[in-house]
Amino acid sequence: MVEPVAPLLQVEGLTKHFPVKRGVLRRTIGQVRAVDGVSFTIGAGETLGLVGESGCGKTTVGRSLLRLIEPTSGSIRIDGRDITRLSRAELRPFRRQMQIIFQDPFSSLNPRMRAGDIVGEPLKVHGVESKRERRSRVAQLFDRVGLRAAQMDAFPHQFSGGQRQRIGVARALALNPRLIVGDEPVSALDVSIQAQVINLLMDLQRELGLSYLFISHNLAVVEHISHRVAVMYLGRIVEHTDKVTLFTRPLHPYTEALLYAVPVPDPAIKRDKRVVQGDVPSPLNPPPGCHFHPRCPYAEARCKLEAPALREIEPAHFAACHLLNQ
Amino acid sequence: MAALDHAAELEKAGANVSSRFGAMLFLARSYPLGAIGAVIMVGFLATALFAGAIASFDPFTINARDSLAPPGGAHMLGADFMGRDVFARIVYGARISLAVALGATLLGSLFGVSVGLMSGFIGGWFDLLVQRLIDIMQSLPLLVMALVMAASLGPSLTNTIIAIAIPLVPSVARVIRSNTLSLREMPYVEAARAVGMSELRIAVSHVLPNTLAPLIVLATAQLGSAILVESALSFLGLGVPEPHPSWGRMLSESAAEYVRTAPWLVIFPGIAISAVVFGTNLLGDAIRDMLDPRQRC
Repeated sequence: MVEPVAPLLQVEGLTKHFPVKRGVLRRTIGQVRAVDGVSFTIGAGETLGLVGESGCGKTTVGRSLLRLIEPTSGSIRIDGRDITRLSRAELRPFRRQMQIIFQDPFSSLNPRMRAGDIVGEPLKVHGVESKRERRSRVAQLFDRVGLRAAQMDAFPHQFSGGQRQRIGVARALALNPRLIVGDEPVSALDVSIQAQVINLLMDLQRELGLSYLFISHNLAVVEHISHRVAVMYLGRIVEHTDKVTLFTRPLHPYTEALLYAVPVPDPAIKRDKRVVQGDVPSPLNPPPGCHFHPRCPYAEARCKLEAPALREIEPAHFAACHLLNQ
Repeated sequence: MAALDHAAELEKAGANVSSRFGAMLFLARSYPLGAIGAVIMVGFLATALFAGAIASFDPFTINARDSLAPPGGAHMLGADFMGRDVFARIVYGARISLAVALGATLLGSLFGVSVGLMSGFIGGWFDLLVQRLIDIMQSLPLLVMALVMAASLGPSLTNTIIAIAIPLVPSVARVIRSNTLSLREMPYVEAARAVGMSELRIAVSHVLPNTLAPLIVLATAQLGSAILVESALSFLGLGVPEPHPSWGRMLSESAAEYVRTAPWLVIFPGIAISAVVFGTNLLGDAIRDMLDPRQRC
């Protein structure tokens, strides 16, 4: 359904291990494998939804793309240019291409700065020195995200949650980026406000040709906004395809279980209890083989030994499971 | 940031901002305790500035006939054993107290903020080293530290200020560091990083303004203790040298000998110290509230 477009962002084998240190000597006693070899691409004007339970590493992926967290290994390419090992100074021009929207609309805005200054700050950092120029640009941005320019002098606490998130969106737009990482951008909002912000993001995508990496645990929201969806489990992508296929014909047992867990607003519908049992295992000590096997209803002996690779099971439909055949 | 355009905010809140006085009246009504503190501090400042006009006696003139003269009569608040007017000495002493309190607190805060901010932001070995140094400094009481400093620097006004400022550094640095540690993980700091802001600029424009509130509370508390430590140093001959009137020395040099026979020598300097410490605390609380945009009406 999406025409093949030149990938704006290309991520290959992205890995982030956090060392766990103990004791006086701060010896490393283990590694948290937050992200373990994740690869995907995002084309221009495309939205990739990244879903998974909490703690599966989806936020770490988003932060690593912007180099807010330094990845352990793997590569991140923008327009084919590898930015993974660039120095801070070399990275600066690429900062204009990628921005981020945060989950919490309260802690993502400095409480002591006026809304207009918050949105204008990226411009200041990137050399728009004239105050008048900045203000007129900020006014445009306010208008674009559905805030009034008169609100530029207000402080963050004077806005509602939804309006604050709009300020966050305006800040992310200030540098005219091509890709925006949305780290659960609507999870902290009321449901009615969620829809407004989602629609704003989709309108912006249409008008400006933005690409999104949309990180969320909310499947309904992801289904609405994404073109393609990747499902993560314990640091790895287990399934990856376009959204219609994923939501109608999921292949991986985990995706299947996730979709079953979505409540249907009809008490008459009886569903079989295929809900996954147990919790996500600790990424400090992940189960051998397929990370999902302890909770998988179909697990075989092989699943406990061998980690399944992400294979193209059907055209453009990738899944990592031993039990699936081409 | 901290410099606020109050007029617009106040107008929204219903103040009559057409005159500066109207705005001040409105503020006073919103923060009555702060207003009391402000009045005390203005009085203190005025006393220090216009000491010559307020006091009718010279604080240094020794007059054996008036030795230990009680309050009332020619000497409003009495005279000390050398016959020097207590009121005049309190009025002139305000200068010393003001210089020491403000000087030491500002100097201490300045160093404390820089050390704390760097320690929290740079982290790693630097942080570890700085924090252990601070541990050592904090294991000594404020007065002992100030004593050692004053003894090695020698008695003079400037040295007294330095001697009191240095022991104030650790607590400020601690507070700023712990605040910095939590603030530097805030998403708005990450947002600033994501646009490529330098770490120094992040520290100054995002972290520092948000550490102001606890700093102001701490600084006002220290203002009080600076006055008290100065008095102790002066008593031991390590503070501001004689014959300059210092409230602390007036209090301590008379406390042992004259508290029964001439209590006015103890009571009046004591009242002066208490009033100023009280005033700084009230004003400090109000300023902290005013600087916090969330608490403004």
